[in-house]
Amino acid sequence: MNIWDWEFAWRIMPLLLDAVVITVYATVLGFAFAAVFGLVLALMRRSHRPWISLPTVAFVEFVRSTPLLVQIYFLYFVLPEFGVLMPAIVAGILGLGLHFSTYCSEVYRAGLDGVPRGQWEAAVSLNMSRYRTYRDIVIPQAIPPVVPALGNYLVGMIKETPLLSSIAVVEVMQQAKIIGSETFRYIEPITLVGAFFLVVSLVAMMGIRRTEAWLRQKVLGSH
Amino acid sequence: MLKTIENSAAVTQAADQNQSTPPMVRFDKVTKRFGDLVVLNALDLDVAPNERVAIIGPSGSGKSTLLRLLMTLETPNEGVIYVEGEPLNMMPRNGKLVPADERHIRRVRQRIGMVFQHFHLFPHMSALGNVIEAPIHVLGLSRQEAVTRGEELLEMVGLVDKRDQRPSQLSGGQQQRVAIARSLAMRPDIMLFDEVTSALDPELVGEVLSTIRRIGEEHNITMLIVTHEMGFAKEFADRVCFFDEGKICEQGPAKELLTNPQNPRTQRFLQAVLG
Ligand SMILES: Nc1ncnc2c1ncn2[C@@H]1O[C@H](COP(=O)(O)OP(=O)(O)OP(=O)(O)O)[C@@H](O)[C@H]1O
Ligand SMILES: [Mg+2]
Repeated sequence: MNIWDWEFAWRIMPLLLDAVVITVYATVLGFAFAAVFGLVLALMRRSHRPWISLPTVAFVEFVRSTPLLVQIYFLYFVLPEFGVLMPAIVAGILGLGLHFSTYCSEVYRAGLDGVPRGQWEAAVSLNMSRYRTYRDIVIPQAIPPVVPALGNYLVGMIKETPLLSSIAVVEVMQQAKIIGSETFRYIEPITLVGAFFLVVSLVAMMGIRRTEAWLRQKVLGSH
Repeated sequence: MLKTIENSAAVTQAADQNQSTPPMVRFDKVTKRFGDLVVLNALDLDVAPNERVAIIGPSGSGKSTLLRLLMTLETPNEGVIYVEGEPLNMMPRNGKLVPADERHIRRVRQRIGMVFQHFHLFPHMSALGNVIEAPIHVLGLSRQEAVTRGEELLEMVGLVDKRDQRPSQLSGGQQQRVAIARSLAMRPDIMLFDEVTSALDPELVGEVLSTIRRIGEEHNITMLIVTHEMGFAKEFADRVCFFDEGKICEQGPAKELLTNPQNPRTQRFLQAVLG
């Protein structure tokens, strides 16, 4: 028996590619959620009202210091006990999104802190509201510098998607395990999974780089 | 701790004192501390409508703090600041003055504008974008009205051809003139200038000072100007206040004070800066 069977690899390719679509889908939606909710968390954390900022700090610290796997189990297996039922894929996306939103919020926090105080003071001198200052002055300057750091978490999230196999989402790793257990061949499916992750991560990194350059150009008018 | 003034008479007293025209700005026993450091010590200062007051003094004497308190970038520890008889850092409630809330501050602050030493333009907006941002979103002007107003002001500061440039593409002097136009676009009654030429190369100081002169000619605006440009203060200001250690050490008509200071500390300071 050959170590590597090309014919077998080709045969399982369509199945794995279908599963890659699920992986990419979960990542895209999960990261969109993390990117948006992370910004919301960062802003809530900066609120002058302690009843907003303190629970936010607690939430962020709690989620960041517990394992993603536990959180996914919680959403999928524990919440139904309280009548909150959702499909595995939804629980998975929500788990990824919530978990990474806390990391993203820390990234945004650094970005927001990096906007010079003078920008706030100029906005006050123009009698702008806090909301308007965030929206038009601070957030547009805070985001471009942190896009690379957000991108690291995007790649990080891609690599955590196999955890969704633990709640039976047929993403690419789960599909490879199924194929392996049915055919008793693991070399091809698992190697291909590795290759897929490499490609997806590389594409994501390129996308991040482009986004950063584009944002810098658009927002700061420079490179 | 902010002091609540119990006596409602004290609230109206400030407005009534000068029957017909209350001072445009009044500092009433204003104290500002940073930790143990007393930066302004029970300061009293009245500025008449359309008066131009130059504020001079050594570094750390509290000049910027004075302007920042009026711009509400800092909050006094004690005392009340009035804008045309209306308290700024406090507000009347049930006949007492209580610390002002955000809404009150925003309403009174509307009349004040400030230009900073380091411009603080919005780097992600064009020159015109900087000028029209607040008129649209704070005053509620339509985009068209704001652009018309913005272009007029950029014209006045001599930069209408730079309307689409980003701040990073402008010289320091040009940036400061955009910042002046941005502030003027809000039609303030009071403008604060905090060492607006100190960050500029010497050859760019003139263009900014002549812009300020021009505002003086074309607009009725009360001005408080912190400056090290003694020549400019002498010729442009009505009054000069010499600050030292958080107090007004000496004040008087600009030409008089700058040519013939009475207080030895003023004399020493002027000697040092005029060389
Ligand atoms: N936010 C702050 N926290 C602590 N101390 C401050 C703060 N702002 C100002 N100070 C201190 O208050 C004093 C007065 O500062 P201020 O900026 O008003 O002086 P200034 O007269 O404008 O001086 P300069 O000519 O150097 O601008 C200084 O000793 C300064 O260090
Ligand atoms: Mg200063």
